[in-house]
Amino acid sequence: MFAFTRAQAIAFAVMVALILVAPTVLYPVFLMKVLCFALFACAFNLLIGYVGLLSFGHAAFFGMGSYIAAWTAKNWGLSSELAILAGGGVGAILGVVTGWLAIRRQGIYFAMITLALSQMVYFFCVEASFTGGEDGIQQVPRSPLFGVIPMQSDMSLYWLVAVVFLAGFLLIHRIIHSPFGQVLKAIRENEPRATSLGYRTDTYKLVAFVLSAALAGVAGATKSQVFGIATLTDVHWSMSGEVVLMTLLGGIGTVFGPVLGALVFGSLETYLAQFGDWVTVTQGAIFVACVLAFRRGLIGELAGRLGLTL
Amino acid sequence: MVTIFGKPLILLYGQLTLGLINGAFYALLSLGLAVIFGLLNIINFTHGALFMLGAFTTWALLNYAGIGYWPSLILAPIIIGALGLVIERVLIKRIAGLDHLYGLLLTFGLSLIIEGLMRNRFGSSGVPYEIPSVLQGATNLGFMVLPRYRAWVVVAAVVMCFFTWLLIEKTRLGATLRAATENAPLVQAFGVNVPRLVTLTYGGGVALAAFAGVLAAPMNSVNPNMGSNLIVVVFAVVVIGGMGSILGSILTGFGLGIIEGLTKVYYPEGSATVIFVVMALVLLLRPAGLFGRAT
Repeated sequence: MFAFTRAQAIAFAVMVALILVAPTVLYPVFLMKVLCFALFACAFNLLIGYVGLLSFGHAAFFGMGSYIAAWTAKNWGLSSELAILAGGGVGAILGVVTGWLAIRRQGIYFAMITLALSQMVYFFCVEASFTGGEDGIQQVPRSPLFGVIPMQSDMSLYWLVAVVFLAGFLLIHRIIHSPFGQVLKAIRENEPRATSLGYRTDTYKLVAFVLSAALAGVAGATKSQVFGIATLTDVHWSMSGEVVLMTLLGGIGTVFGPVLGALVFGSLETYLAQFGDWVTVTQGAIFVACVLAFRRGLIGELAGRLGLTL
Repeated sequence: MVTIFGKPLILLYGQLTLGLINGAFYALLSLGLAVIFGLLNIINFTHGALFMLGAFTTWALLNYAGIGYWPSLILAPIIIGALGLVIERVLIKRIAGLDHLYGLLLTFGLSLIIEGLMRNRFGSSGVPYEIPSVLQGATNLGFMVLPRYRAWVVVAAVVMCFFTWLLIEKTRLGATLRAATENAPLVQAFGVNVPRLVTLTYGGGVALAAFAGVLAAPMNSVNPNMGSNLIVVVFAVVVIGGMGSILGSILTGFGLGIIEGLTKVYYPEGSATVIFVVMALVLLLRPAGLFGRAT
């Protein structure tokens, strides 16, 4: 059903095993952050890796998903799965509008338009009252799953986050290997040809964009459940840059690359946090190194060396 | 008190001046972006960081070498332009011919490095820079009081834009540049050293950003974030104008600055987003941009 190659099946098994074992070794909140970033990066990779569209505005979906989940959980007392779905839904709606505008242009312009529109969302969040402005939405309750299963402890929430991540990951994999995904790849390789074969490429691009935005919203919503806070950081354009970095570092267009990229990035951010702005410098240096020296990213290089598809 | 649509005229003039000033920065920066994009086919994300470095160079020249504002107006663009030449030769050259998204990512990474280093050194609040004594104070024009430095910024930007336009549209060098933008291999076949032209173009575009940085130095504090806040708006300006025409970039820059100023008067809440709204409208009605060619 998921059309894994043999190597991918092994890699997937290893990944699931690591997710199961990791919380006994590492701090669960750190792992949950990594999983949220990983889902975010996978959603972003769906666009850049398989449609060839570089969105520089995915922070808008991530951040708005985070705000909506936090707000609904706090003010309406939504259970956690509904809050997360609400975040994804808002991500999708925002994705429809952004995508509809942005797919009118290609390449570099597409990147600039998504960046500009996400900046508009950022300013909206600064001004709007429901986001709490500079303070953000704080003390968001970890609402019970389905309204009954308590999610207060880090470990119970960890399993929920792991399930959300795996579901998103498998959904993306399923999309890529569906007939729909094949058309997306055809558009990436040669859009005029795809058009001449009778595909409405704009519709395909828009649907892919909305799917990606919705999953980014889910990722942001999950993050706000984990940390109990939604702030302007998640919606600022530097977050858009960070998801590009995770995907580029792990390997654009690889299935497992964004996950590894998110892990490396999350570790950097956590363990270098005490060095302040050196995090930014390091991120920049990784960008430059990736673009100049290994454009295929960590997983891409590994797969290339081994002659596998990962 | 004289009012227009219920707003005092004084307020209107004040915001229009501010709008013109913002427009001056948009014009100078989008002009540099357009020139660079034309020949190198990359969107120079580092533009904002180099604008910021231009302002810091001005500050450093004064504090470490005792060189004042007026020499800096020429020196800082030369210094940053030279830095641009190095960046092009060492980094950007290596990715020529690749998908131009890599150019965006490379220059984005570079801007993170520059801004991170500057924040480490100077903190986020930045350092002050004094307005040169000749331009301090304000002149009463009768209908409004115009701070002299603001007037100077607009005039300097207009003059600079004019000379850039003259250079590109009316000189032999500019003709070569435009020809290379259209068809680089052919121009190279005629014996023009295109790689050198590319490097010089990048240096020139960057020098324009640094010039804008010098103008900006005395306006607010010279701080490490001044460039990144501006560059996103400038990207929107570039999308609105399209990058096909020099004059188009200039007009769009000033025009949008004025629109932003007017929005501040009539609907202050929308002033931060109005340019993005205009961008959305332009995308709906004229996707190639006001002065652009379809891509």
